[in-house]
Amino acid sequence: MEGGVLTLDVGSVKKDFPILERDMGGHRLVFLDSAASSQKPQAVLDAMDHYYATTHANVHRGVYTIAEEATQAYEAARTKVARFIGAPSTRGVVFTKNATEAVNLVAHSYGRSILAPGQAVLLSEMEHHANLVPWLMLREERGTELRFLKIDDNGQLVLDDLDRQLDGVGLVAVTAMSNVLGTLNPVAEIAAAAHAAGAVVLVDAAQSVPHAVTDVAAMGCDFLAFSSHKMCGPTGIGVLWGRESLLEAMPAFLGGGEMIRDVRLDGWTPNEIPWKFEAGTPPIAEAIGLSAAIDYLSDLGMEAVREHEVALTTYALATLTERHGADLRIFGPPDAHDRGGVVSFTYRDVHPHDLSQVLDSAGVCIRAGHHCARPLMRRLGVTATSRASFYVYNDEADVDALSGGLVAAAGIFAL
Amino acid sequence: MAGLEDLYREIILDHYRSPRNRGELPTPPAHRVEGFNPLCGDEVVLYVDIDDTGRVTDIKVDGQGCSISQSSASMMTAAVKGRTEAETRDLIRAFKAMMSIHERGLDGGGDAFDGDGGAVAPDPAVDMGELEALRGVVKFPVRIKCATLSWNTLAQAFDEARLERAAD
Repeated sequence: MEGGVLTLDVGSVKKDFPILERDMGGHRLVFLDSAASSQKPQAVLDAMDHYYATTHANVHRGVYTIAEEATQAYEAARTKVARFIGAPSTRGVVFTKNATEAVNLVAHSYGRSILAPGQAVLLSEMEHHANLVPWLMLREERGTELRFLKIDDNGQLVLDDLDRQLDGVGLVAVTAMSNVLGTLNPVAEIAAAAHAAGAVVLVDAAQSVPHAVTDVAAMGCDFLAFSSHKMCGPTGIGVLWGRESLLEAMPAFLGGGEMIRDVRLDGWTPNEIPWKFEAGTPPIAEAIGLSAAIDYLSDLGMEAVREHEVALTTYALATLTERHGADLRIFGPPDAHDRGGVVSFTYRDVHPHDLSQVLDSAGVCIRAGHHCARPLMRRLGVTATSRASFYVYNDEADVDALSGGLVAAAGIFAL
Repeated sequence: MAGLEDLYREIILDHYRSPRNRGELPTPPAHRVEGFNPLCGDEVVLYVDIDDTGRVTDIKVDGQGCSISQSSASMMTAAVKGRTEAETRDLIRAFKAMMSIHERGLDGGGDAFDGDGGAVAPDPAVDMGELEALRGVVKFPVRIKCATLSWNTLAQAFDEARLERAAD
């Protein structure tokens, strides 16, 4: 493909990510697994180093200078997150360990205390285990009915019957973007129908927040869960955004310091939101790293990030199909505009593990396996797929490296 | 970085392309035992005929998975058919020792991180035969579970057979 199609200057972006300079046994590192976890730009590493080298102290406690600075930096990160997702205030932004913990918080607190007995939870067939197992646990504990939106053969949700499926549902929990199929779901449409049916809506946005503009008001959701480590930030921190009135009404999740206003030997009173849900010393350096990651992505521009990935995914779908034809089975929506920068596929009868191993020997990192979505794998009729996922530092040459690796694998494994 | 040729030896690929003892056996008398690797979705289903003395009189393997899990299962069936329980358990132990990079140091068996990618000296009492070809797998730690899946499953079949004999 001729230059100039991609909207980002990827050559320059690549220089921001020190790991991409690593030599992989004579090959450059071609990282195509950002849907699992993205790489980190130098700016994020520097922000965390600087914090530890100059400012670290526990937050919300000390009255000395560095403790105040640390608290300020931690709370500034909350403000940064709120702006990034279009939240009306910082009070709805809860820092968690990751998106998984954010979903567990809602399932545990809202699911066990506010969801009425007899109210069902509506999920979809394409959910990641993170937005599945917490609800399976709720069902085991309380007998909560779980319903599942089906997917069609293009990997898109079947919503014809949505109103009927919403009848008796108290909570809808659905992914904004499938980590396997890449499918972008019409979250706003689902949320509107859910609200009309009296249900609240949790969006698993772990795959979408890193790759496109996020606006919780436009989505119309009540809860939004995502992780820092998929969006150029550090591991160990995620976010639950929740509508303030709901968070106010929900009981605390984990108990400990920070989340209390008062503790007596005969009881305790919770802190205000969002701190009510942040027990113990929070991930301070990680919040500061996440803040730097948001700055980095905002400088690139989230519209530009999305355009870049649509262009690169279009290139990938076209190139891989053209070069490998019927040897390749690609899952998910055929049009890149309907999906994120995720391409799951099977190639001939080469097992994804073997394919990934051969690609690794050429420095190309892809994911092989069930992608924490075993029910979806069963629906697709496969035990595992290979998955390449793109981010701001990927370009056509990375796709070409993947394509070349497929040919090499066929040479070894062709049956 | 270890090279692909350390992993995908010709004999391994041969067992992957032309698996031995593929299929099913009627149950009973055969013991049917499933092994599953949740990490990658590899599945091994073993059908093992074990006589009253514990000897493996026949064995078939079904399931699906990567080249390492499937070839290891195929090579295992060829290696254990006709063997006694004691011989088979020795072989399972020796194979798992060959695939071990972590446990040896804890057993007082020496340095777990030697310079040779964690390869373990063979147990001279057990002839590994063509199973030696799988030794290179230890250089790819993620794949060790693929190689040991069918062996763990076979050990389970013996345990079940013992319980049944005890119950009779």
